[in-house]
Amino acid sequence: MLLGTNVLMAQTEAAAGAGGQPEAPQVDWTGVAYYLLLFFLVCLGVAVVGKILKIYDLTLKIQGKKGMKWNTVMAVLCLVFLVVGLYGAYWSFTVQGSMTLPEAASAHGVKIDEMFTVTTVLTMIVFFATQILLFTFLFNYRHSEKRRAHFLPHNNTIEKVWTIAPAIVLTILVVFGFFTWQKIMDNSDAKGEVAAINVDITGHQFAWELRYPGKDGKLGPKDFKMVSAANKLGVNFKKKSSFDDLTVDTMYLPVNRAVRLNIQAQDVIHSVYMPHFRVQLNAVPGLPTFFKFTPTITTAQMRTKLDDPKFEYLVYCNKICGGGHYNMQKVVRVVTEAEYQAWLSRQKPYLSDQLRKELHFAAADQPKTGIQNRLALNN
Amino acid sequence: MSTLAVHDHGVAHHDDHGHEHHHNQSFLSKYVFSMDHKMISKQFLITGITMAVIAMILSILFRIQLAYPDKTFPLLTTLLGRFAPNGRISADFYLSLVTIHGTIMVFFVLTAGLSGTFANLLIPLQIGARDMASPFMNMLSYWFFFIASLIMLSSFLVQKGPASGGWTIYPPLSALPKAMPGSGMGMTLWLISMVFFIASSLIGGINYVSTVLNMRTKGMDLWKMPLTIWALFLTAILGMLAFPVLVAGVVLLIFDRSFGTSFYLSDIVLNGVQQPYEGGSPILFQHLFWFLGHPEVYIVIMPAMGISSEVMSVNSRKPIFGYHAMVYSLIGITVLSFIVWGHHMFVTGMNPFLGGVFMITTLIIAVPSAVKTFNWLATLWRGNIRFTPAMLFAIGMVSFFISGGLTGIFLGNATLDINLHDTYFVVAHFHLVMGSAAIFGMLAGVYHWFPKMFGKMMDEKLGYLHFWLTFIGAYLVFFPMHFMGLDGVPRRYYAFTEFVSMQRWLTVNTFVTWAAIMAACAQVAFLYNFITSIFIGKKATQNPWESNTLEWTTPVEHLHGNWPGEIPTVYRWPYDYSKPGAEEDYIPQTVPYSQTMSSNLPHDFEDNPKGLEELNKFTATLKANEQVK
Repeated sequence: MLLGTNVLMAQTEAAAGAGGQPEAPQVDWTGVAYYLLLFFLVCLGVAVVGKILKIYDLTLKIQGKKGMKWNTVMAVLCLVFLVVGLYGAYWSFTVQGSMTLPEAASAHGVKIDEMFTVTTVLTMIVFFATQILLFTFLFNYRHSEKRRAHFLPHNNTIEKVWTIAPAIVLTILVVFGFFTWQKIMDNSDAKGEVAAINVDITGHQFAWELRYPGKDGKLGPKDFKMVSAANKLGVNFKKKSSFDDLTVDTMYLPVNRAVRLNIQAQDVIHSVYMPHFRVQLNAVPGLPTFFKFTPTITTAQMRTKLDDPKFEYLVYCNKICGGGHYNMQKVVRVVTEAEYQAWLSRQKPYLSDQLRKELHFAAADQPKTGIQNRLALNN
Repeated sequence: MSTLAVHDHGVAHHDDHGHEHHHNQSFLSKYVFSMDHKMISKQFLITGITMAVIAMILSILFRIQLAYPDKTFPLLTTLLGRFAPNGRISADFYLSLVTIHGTIMVFFVLTAGLSGTFANLLIPLQIGARDMASPFMNMLSYWFFFIASLIMLSSFLVQKGPASGGWTIYPPLSALPKAMPGSGMGMTLWLISMVFFIASSLIGGINYVSTVLNMRTKGMDLWKMPLTIWALFLTAILGMLAFPVLVAGVVLLIFDRSFGTSFYLSDIVLNGVQQPYEGGSPILFQHLFWFLGHPEVYIVIMPAMGISSEVMSVNSRKPIFGYHAMVYSLIGITVLSFIVWGHHMFVTGMNPFLGGVFMITTLIIAVPSAVKTFNWLATLWRGNIRFTPAMLFAIGMVSFFISGGLTGIFLGNATLDINLHDTYFVVAHFHLVMGSAAIFGMLAGVYHWFPKMFGKMMDEKLGYLHFWLTFIGAYLVFFPMHFMGLDGVPRRYYAFTEFVSMQRWLTVNTFVTWAAIMAACAQVAFLYNFITSIFIGKKATQNPWESNTLEWTTPVEHLHGNWPGEIPTVYRWPYDYSKPGAEEDYIPQTVPYSQTMSSNLPHDFEDNPKGLEELNKFTATLKANEQVK
């Protein structure tokens, strides 16, 4: 049936080209008719089967029997569903489960994965237990004229047990979750720790812009009012820390060093999502957010692990942001410290020649000698 | 008082056509501007079903795009015109489809369609009232809902298409008309529609609450109400407290869009142009939205829980297990649902400490949900289960609630949410726990109370076919999505072609689409059954399911005021099924204990010392007689 779709319903690229004009393109009514006919035939089949069942039922009744035992049929179907469903779930877990993300490539990601495993084990026990109970009860206690249901309005002991048991399990999950969460979201540098590398990532429709600090390790402040063609991010050059900032194309990160993403958006909400590092935080216009993490596996190592020479870590956008939302990516490369330094030394300063010119004009309008001096010094 | 009003109403229209047995009303006042709760409930149901079918078709359209992102379907261009140029749905229209599908399903189907139908039908009938507290407001509630539906659908007719910022309409995307086509006129219509919708919901809610509180028949104290009424009552309270906050949020958004304020906007550069907004916060909108939005998911699921409880008890021929626990867990959910909204915002830039707090409250709410699940299972245990289509759908609701509820434990944990937020894992989670579960609750209600609504029976076999195809279809659609989410596949993506790592999910997407198409086709069985049964269905008996509740003591033919004579008095709780010693396996609420001496239990007289004395006397005589023998 799926093959039939490809052949009949979908048109080839050639047809798409023909339909380029605003005029209504040729509709392949045969394809549509085929599906309508198919559906009609299925309906007819259902109707025929229905009639046959009805006649069978009537014959049974004429013979003085009780007619179709639909309760039993449904009870058996419930049992069949349980067995097939359990196998389906198992199949899904093994086949599709193996298509999920590889191991976490960041320090905190390992903790998230551990918690995920614990939660999965606990919930899956409940899942299988309750679904099995549900459908076996349906089969076991299917209707019978001969007996009555067991009158059991309540049982306080068992109700207390199944109130307290989930409460305890959830408390454990909450406590671990709470402390892990606090730790992950703490983006400050602890005393004695090597300062994290600040990386500025700004989202706009539909791309990410990156900015690295220069030798001072500090990112210059931004102001949306200073945005111009040459100063896309609106970096404020009234501040000294802005002058050595670098503009980069790919996010290079040294392995095993803490990175602090300085996340912001210019137009609408975006979301920095780096699933391999278990990193996600929204980029919100007017509200800078921060996420600190430590990559632990280099891109090269990951390529060997996954046996995929083309593998790249990526930043996705994970908050609906408009028509191009589905293709807003940025490559992230985790490299060794030496490679990182080499790469960093090749990057261009954010303060491009064009921007210099622009600022020069601005400076001519308003006397800002200080900035001009510094500009000159930097030359 | 309203009893009087109803009678007056009936008298006032004596001179009209009178083509029905009990009604002397014009077509307009009987079918259109009806103030009879039973007719209004049918209006809600039929509008709800219509909206559901539309929203379902929208979902099939975007599923086709996800399954065949590289193929062209000229038919789509024929049907959708500029929204699908060259045989492919455009990226912007894809987002519109997703947005309107979500909006219609959550609000128009599962809030108004579900609560509107069953609160209107069941509240007066099950508590023993002649109509709602205010029949006129009840009528208004429907017509506001109808207008809201029309406005929402009309947004497909505007040049740039309907709203497309997701059903959560986060600003700045929804606030800036230049950010996407759907944020223009389409978004304006969305907002206007929602204001009407909320008005409808509030008017209805006030009516439901006042009817339940003031108009119960003699003997119907709160602890004798069926769980359906408890659920609908608490749902109405929830809606009354939560929806006004969304109005506030929506009004501020209208201000930002049309009057140049900056409630939600700040520091914006759109397409290289600075916007004059400063000082607002997009997070504020999210707080306002989810303060409604989270209670909203319980507004959606609680009536389904109530209906399923009732249906499962009737068809297991067993009392619902732990009636008090069921009520307290509903109350617990109602209260807790107001303090968990932040779990939608763990990674939106909200203060992480706040995230921690919301995580605690969120996981607490899992406890009453777990209690309800276990109680349903215990209700089935040693029952005498009749598989009516209603029963099957109620069972399906429980199964989905378990499957979808458990993944909520992942998402409610802020730590795990970091990597799961806004992925297909979330899509799978809420489509099972509130989408499928709630719609199954609603369908259970339709099959169960169809005889009460239309006086006809639905075809059982078609019901079975409908159930199995839909049940299996829903699992096939949503189960694989969990794994896509665990691979970090984001939701609301137009195509999975641009990321190499997502391309391997294409086969799964194709499979999911075909499962969805199958489930959609199965709804034809329902629609056919529903429509034909209204006209040519087998005539219903007064109490076809041998149920205890009051609605089955009314005549099959509807009449204004529900009961021809006096409203019956209630003597017992609604769940005396298969009571040992009783003649039948059910004892309606209207049967006094004095008529059922052989089946009375000491427990029945906990707060009635006189009755207990009588029971003791009775059992003593019984024993004495036995000894004599």
